[in-house]
Amino acid sequence: MNNFAYQQVGKAKDATAILREDKQAAFIAGGTTLLDLMKTNIEQHSQLVDINLLPFKGIEQTSDGLRIGALERMSDVGENRLVLEQYPAISESLLLAASPQLRNMASIGGNLLQRTRCGYFRDVAFPCNKREPGSGCPAQKGDNRNLAILGVSDSCIANSNPGDLAVALVALDAVLTLENAKGKQRRVPLTNFYLLPGNTPHKETVLEPGELIVAVTVPTAAHARRSMYLKVRERTSYAYALASAAVGLDVQGGQIRSARVALGGVGAQPWRSLEAEKILTGAPATEATFRAAAAAALQGAQPREHNGYKVELAKNTLVRALFDLTAKV
Amino acid sequence: MNEPNFFESPGAGGSVGQPLDRVDGHDKVTGKARYSAEFPLPGLTYGVLRTSEIAKGKITSIDTTAATKEPGVIAVLTHLNLPKLAQTPNTPEGKKAIGAPMGFLPLTSDEIHYAGQPVALIVADTFERATHAASLVRVQYQAAQPIASFLDAKAEIFDPLKVQDGKTPGHTRRGDPQAALAASAVKLKATYNHAINHHNPMEPGATTAHWEAADRLTVYESTQGVTRTQTALSQMLGLPREQVRVVTKYIGGGFGCKGSCWPHTPLTVQAAKAVGRPVKLVLTRPQMFTSMGHREDQTQTLTLGATKEGKLTALIHEKTSTTSPWDNYAEPNSRIINLLYECPNFEAKYELARANVMTSTFTRAPGEAPGSFAIECLMDDLAYQLGIDPIQLRLLNYAEKDPSTGKPWSSKSLKQCYARGAELFGWSKRNPKNGLTRDGRHLVGLGMATASYPVHNSQGTARVRLYADGHAVVQSGATDLGTGTYTVMTQVAADSLGLPVDKIRFELGDTRLPTAPNSGGSVAAGTVSSSIYMAAQDVWQKLTKLAIQDKRSPLFRAKPEDVINEKGRLVLRKDKAKGEDFAVLMKRIELTDIEGTGNGKYGAGYESGMAASPADSGHKDDTAGHSMHSFGAHFCEVRVDPELGTVRVSRWVSVHAAGRILNAKTARSQIIGGSIFGIGNALMEATHRDDTFARYTNATLADYHIPVNADIPEMTVEFIEEHDPYINAMGVKGIGEISMVGVAAAVANAVFHATGKRVRDLPITPDKILSAGVAS
Repeated sequence: MNNFAYQQVGKAKDATAILREDKQAAFIAGGTTLLDLMKTNIEQHSQLVDINLLPFKGIEQTSDGLRIGALERMSDVGENRLVLEQYPAISESLLLAASPQLRNMASIGGNLLQRTRCGYFRDVAFPCNKREPGSGCPAQKGDNRNLAILGVSDSCIANSNPGDLAVALVALDAVLTLENAKGKQRRVPLTNFYLLPGNTPHKETVLEPGELIVAVTVPTAAHARRSMYLKVRERTSYAYALASAAVGLDVQGGQIRSARVALGGVGAQPWRSLEAEKILTGAPATEATFRAAAAAALQGAQPREHNGYKVELAKNTLVRALFDLTAKV
Repeated sequence: MNEPNFFESPGAGGSVGQPLDRVDGHDKVTGKARYSAEFPLPGLTYGVLRTSEIAKGKITSIDTTAATKEPGVIAVLTHLNLPKLAQTPNTPEGKKAIGAPMGFLPLTSDEIHYAGQPVALIVADTFERATHAASLVRVQYQAAQPIASFLDAKAEIFDPLKVQDGKTPGHTRRGDPQAALAASAVKLKATYNHAINHHNPMEPGATTAHWEAADRLTVYESTQGVTRTQTALSQMLGLPREQVRVVTKYIGGGFGCKGSCWPHTPLTVQAAKAVGRPVKLVLTRPQMFTSMGHREDQTQTLTLGATKEGKLTALIHEKTSTTSPWDNYAEPNSRIINLLYECPNFEAKYELARANVMTSTFTRAPGEAPGSFAIECLMDDLAYQLGIDPIQLRLLNYAEKDPSTGKPWSSKSLKQCYARGAELFGWSKRNPKNGLTRDGRHLVGLGMATASYPVHNSQGTARVRLYADGHAVVQSGATDLGTGTYTVMTQVAADSLGLPVDKIRFELGDTRLPTAPNSGGSVAAGTVSSSIYMAAQDVWQKLTKLAIQDKRSPLFRAKPEDVINEKGRLVLRKDKAKGEDFAVLMKRIELTDIEGTGNGKYGAGYESGMAASPADSGHKDDTAGHSMHSFGAHFCEVRVDPELGTVRVSRWVSVHAAGRILNAKTARSQIIGGSIFGIGNALMEATHRDDTFARYTNATLADYHIPVNADIPEMTVEFIEEHDPYINAMGVKGIGEISMVGVAAAVANAVFHATGKRVRDLPITPDKILSAGVAS
């Protein structure tokens, strides 16, 4: 970890102004991911701007749907009654993530900006295109058992955001409210927020320098009310997903009226599957439909030597989630 | 027969065996207990290691300019300026004299042999400044292509017997296994692969080195053995042993990685010498993966011959594993396979390959843990193949004496362990066919396995000082890994002296105290408790002598052999009403305190007579006559999700027989801990080493998974009461390792019962369940 300056600010424009001036500065909220990255010298920042006093709070139902302030803590959102009742996939994704201590600290905005657990990225002794563009990607032929199979490239096969919340949010059409250094706000659907690695895996999101996440909005919908998050890992708690599925269904009389599907642990980014949704929508809620949807979701999988199991695992995870969701009435 | 007289009635005021709360519990939870990195010395400085990015090559230059300029930095030490040691382990003679696990000490040359090898040690006035400065050291390398493991195409597999260094495992052979196998009605052969495991104790390696004078050193060290560290340092420094003091008051776990003196310790000592101030160095968690050894990556093939009734006729074991560029370390897997069952023909062979890794080392139940996985999984396969219940098959092959030596067991209560474990677990309700028990989405499986661990050769010493006011100070240079040594030794001392436990102060963890063995190989409990018991007997003999010479004593002119001690009193064996309290005697003769010493030895059991009298050397010990082992059985229920590949342990029963159990509560905790360690080994623990870079890709506790609370069900643990008169004066076998032996096999056998698929590669992660085709 390098030496750095620290200051707390009370206004968003003060925070963004600092980052506009100093390209090496970073915002800090919960710090649960940032400090890790700094301690391992993966990120070296000149200063940290503490944004915890900014008014990006609140968990409320608005005319646009559920609005969550970016500075709300994972535990508060996960245990919120509105979220539990109307957006269960979001609550489940939060409460299955990390540990209670981390959930008490970590903010929603920071959660969406987690960086990959790829072992090559996390150790500066290795080459890594994401960390040092052009240095190479040893994961391609190396220890890739936990890495992505969808949306990957020859430059990078990391699960760019390894967390759970983003999977539930991309499934449920979440939209981010961002505020830039000029005080201007814009709204970006989370599905457009993350970037595929391509040849530029170091570019992970569309966030501009100095831009802040203000809030997350999730539309109210029948498929959000009946939604769930299923997470598979070799230990019961405190581990990233080998594969996960966030699914939302509106089923009427055995027919699926609308469906939302996203996969975690398998994509270079939190993986919304429109292909699976297309098969599910209008189809009977049967095993055959679910299996067809799962096959469609994994159609483009590009496994490497050690992560081929994820194709079957992700399919089974998705089918299981759809089963469990339709079994719940 | 001089069985410690509190054996039979631990409830009658006795403390040994009782579930006494930890005597150090209060100090631990209030932070009063001082671990090795918590001694506030005047002028203390902080050392941080900078380690090698590459796994093989040479350092071509080290630029320390930027690091040296940082505020607070006191020294940047490299192979160019670290004070030289009198002796290093870099020669075979040096390694032997030092007792080093590794025949190479970093910072002695420009050679890089493994990733994570220390290349610089930065000393600063704060930990943060030293850490930052370490990142500023610029090291240039001439890198060479490393060898990553025995699986590397460039690795040369060799027979360690041909590379003699005195510690090679080599070959073992009994009977004619090949001929016996050829003639066997049933033949089974299987290969088992094991991931690298790291110990990862909660407290990392830590050294605080303080030169109190130019030739006098005190080291506060997180070690399982202060004496072994003292030996190593005195050899390396060329100082007399008594000028090197090693102190270890508390340890936050070790599991074998703190059983030896690793490079960071002498490097810290030399750094302290260089800066002329005390230096504290605590390994970071990633450094723990490359600084204190590991359980090596290995493959083992076991071939079994049996009659059609299931009697073993031949066992042939082959193991290949990775070792370092300098050492021939391999866990002795075949040891347990050689003696677990009656089998007339046996052979074992070890092969090694050198790779650019640091030396592997003892990891809880070294050898027995992976060895038991092979034999206990293959016995399970044999049971299914022949349609015999797995416990019945084991009883059919029950070894009534040690097959590897032909000696009788000093004690063996394995049949009782099987019976009690089966009863507690409900084994009889198990469906003998596999893959048939479903509960909702889960396949349910029940498995069991045998455990065994030797009582290793060991001895130690203790000192007891009994005061006339009724309290005692008891000392032995043992260490408490966190398992309860402070507590159980307090209990032993209390009962040996006839005092309440709160009148005992037990001190350990200092080379100034009487020498005790390492807390390793499960020897500490038996050896130290026996030493204390013997030291108390020494006190009683001295007091008896004083009593029978004192006219005012009711025992005046009694024969010494007629006087015994009972609950703090000296009494006549035949008339226990006649006697007196030790305090009465001591006060009357104006003796404020009296001291005794004891030497607890392996093989000096109460039956041998050696325990009867520390002064009596006319008795032979029992090591030549008996084979000494503890035994046990684990029972496991798993729930396997065939589509998602997850395996969760849902029920657990362990029953062990390990001689006298000193404290029911700490012993139960130790068995639970070892079983959980084994469940981690079975289901998730794996360090991955990149094939190209020979560097670990998951050297953090976020990515190297050990079980969490939610992975562990309620654990049922019982002990079979066992009196072993041969092993040592206290009849204690030790339970540190046996708790882990057989655990992975019990889990894997349960997975086999659940799914009908045999997974032979550890850990059994979801990818392996899926690729075994369980769902189909």
